Amino acid sequence: MLDFEKHIEDMEKRLDELKRLSAGSKEDLSLEIDELERQLAEHKTKVYSQLTPWQRVQIARHPDRPQTRDFIEMIFHDFIELHGDRLYGDDAAIVGGPAFLDGRAVMVIGQHKGHTTRERVTCNFGSPHPEGYRKALRLMKLAEKFNLPVITFIDTQGAYPGVGAEERGQAWAIADNLMRMSQLRVPIVAVNIAEGGSGGALALGVADRLLMLENAWYSVISPEGCASILYKDAAKAPEAAESLKMTADALYKNGIVDEVVPEPVGGAHRAPNATAENLHAALNRALEEISASPVGTMLDLRYAKLRAIGAFEEPQPTPQ
Amino acid sequence: MSINTKKGIPEGIWSKCAACGEVIFQKEFFAGYKVCPGCSFHYPLSAHERLDTLLDMGTFRELDANMTSANPLAFVGNKPYEESLEASVANTGLKEAVVTGYGKLNARTVVIAVMDFRFIGGSMGSVVGEKITRAIEYAAKKHAPLIIVAASGGARMQEGMFSLAQMAKTSAALGKLADKHVPYISIMTHPTTGGVTASFPALADIIIAEPGALIGFTGARVIEDTLKEKLPDGFQTAEFMLEHGMVDMVVERKEIKGEIAALLDMFQMGAAGRPQATLSVGDIVPGADVARKMQKSMQTGVKKSAKNIKTQVKRLQGK
Ligand SMILES: [Zn+2]
Repeated sequence: MLDFEKHIEDMEKRLDELKRLSAGSKEDLSLEIDELERQLAEHKTKVYSQLTPWQRVQIARHPDRPQTRDFIEMIFHDFIELHGDRLYGDDAAIVGGPAFLDGRAVMVIGQHKGHTTRERVTCNFGSPHPEGYRKALRLMKLAEKFNLPVITFIDTQGAYPGVGAEERGQAWAIADNLMRMSQLRVPIVAVNIAEGGSGGALALGVADRLLMLENAWYSVISPEGCASILYKDAAKAPEAAESLKMTADALYKNGIVDEVVPEPVGGAHRAPNATAENLHAALNRALEEISASPVGTMLDLRYAKLRAIGAFEEPQPTPQ
Repeated sequence: MSINTKKGIPEGIWSKCAACGEVIFQKEFFAGYKVCPGCSFHYPLSAHERLDTLLDMGTFRELDANMTSANPLAFVGNKPYEESLEASVANTGLKEAVVTGYGKLNARTVVIAVMDFRFIGGSMGSVVGEKITRAIEYAAKKHAPLIIVAASGGARMQEGMFSLAQMAKTSAALGKLADKHVPYISIMTHPTTGGVTASFPALADIIIAEPGALIGFTGARVIEDTLKEKLPDGFQTAEFMLEHGMVDMVVERKEIKGEIAALLDMFQMGAAGRPQATLSVGDIVPGADVARKMQKSMQTGVKKSAKNIKTQVKRLQGK
């Protein structure tokens, strides 16, 4: 349970209690139950419509929040997991393989954090090594070869910070993905499902459409990292989260994100299936739109989209 | 004999090297493009000093010189973003952390972008990303070889996702340049780190690193804090990256220009029949030679880096 959800939790407990009492007695408690349900709904709407960026970060990090494997399970069928980068190893922080999205065969790739402690350790908490990014690229190239659209799920606090990762060229692997994804000749839809930490997230995020779940965050640096640099104090992360404009809503307003996919009241962890349904519909819609253009136009539009992001002033441009 | 500065950066006629402690003569120091003749330590260069070491005298033509940063997030943090920008402008005389343009390198026309670490740590925000992207597109349009000199601590935090998006933007532009078979040479200087490394510096046909430069993605301190273990000697140095196959060569500053010229000659031979560079620099503007210009440009910014030099030396020696 998250801090700001305490009161909701209390009300829910009281409601359950009332319902239990009501079921076991002849006394009619339906009026009280209705009233409490009304109050609870009102309170929830109030709390969740006024979430601060930091509260959204808490929701994005909720241990029960659905992750890549969960969404694959809920949205796709006949997923066949493929392994390895054919160069060094297989990174459990990134999962991928072909699957059906309704009637359409696609390649789905995403960072996976893991739910149990054991799984989290195996997955390095969703922080990929270079071999993870190279596996992702290998699968994208495979998708290109067989003309399958690519769907990526972003969920990482960042690329893995380690000696081996540096030795094997973390920066080189990420950069290569950025360049190759910009030229991949099949549609790409990227979805930030929870956390988008810096270049490690961007390495799966170059796309024709970038979607974001309502409570996900995406930033050039984690709020904690930003706070330690600015204030020498990671505890000031809530302030940093505010300054970085890292919520789905703020990024949509700034033209970085193409669509915000709504989560049911309370966040995806409270209603995974409903969240998956929203995402399912959004993915189909996005693929439909992108596939309407011939490949050449699609690539031109993708480039134009990447090319357009930036905010600067230029009084007298140099004539070329 | 005259003044010996406190911090060990050469001033006057001779001084002590901040890296090795040996006495070095100014004349020799500048003739070697700010490399200590004793220990070969490569002192930092400003963007314009770097251009002087790579281009033929008087041939540099700047592009997009008037672009300046906006504050798209209205970022305040511990101090308003505008204040950091103003301080860097005052300190460097530059408008942003990269200078772009074209010029002649041993008589070959090249498009070039050079970063300046003194400007908010050489961080890449919208202006750096846009200027570099335009330089890449210009090189593609003119079929002129591209050279980019990186010196950066990473993405510019104050511009949030606008800054991260510049990694994708510059990388996408390089994809198009590669399709045109235009050579791109990346020079990684101290430091080339963070998100910036994971974009244009890593995507070149040839990567040249300067001796002792810090090169990597994740900062060493972050790795140490996460792993709670000691890092290997010389971790994330240019030499380390050479050993691990990430750069083509580690080249002394004075030799870089000749190395690039030799490579471009060979690539040029293979490119016979392909469109040729169509870019003229016009009249050559005469000026002072590189060493003399450097001597004139003793900047306070360089003096301030003495502490950083000590840190870099410690890292090189694995202490
Ligand atoms: Zn020395």
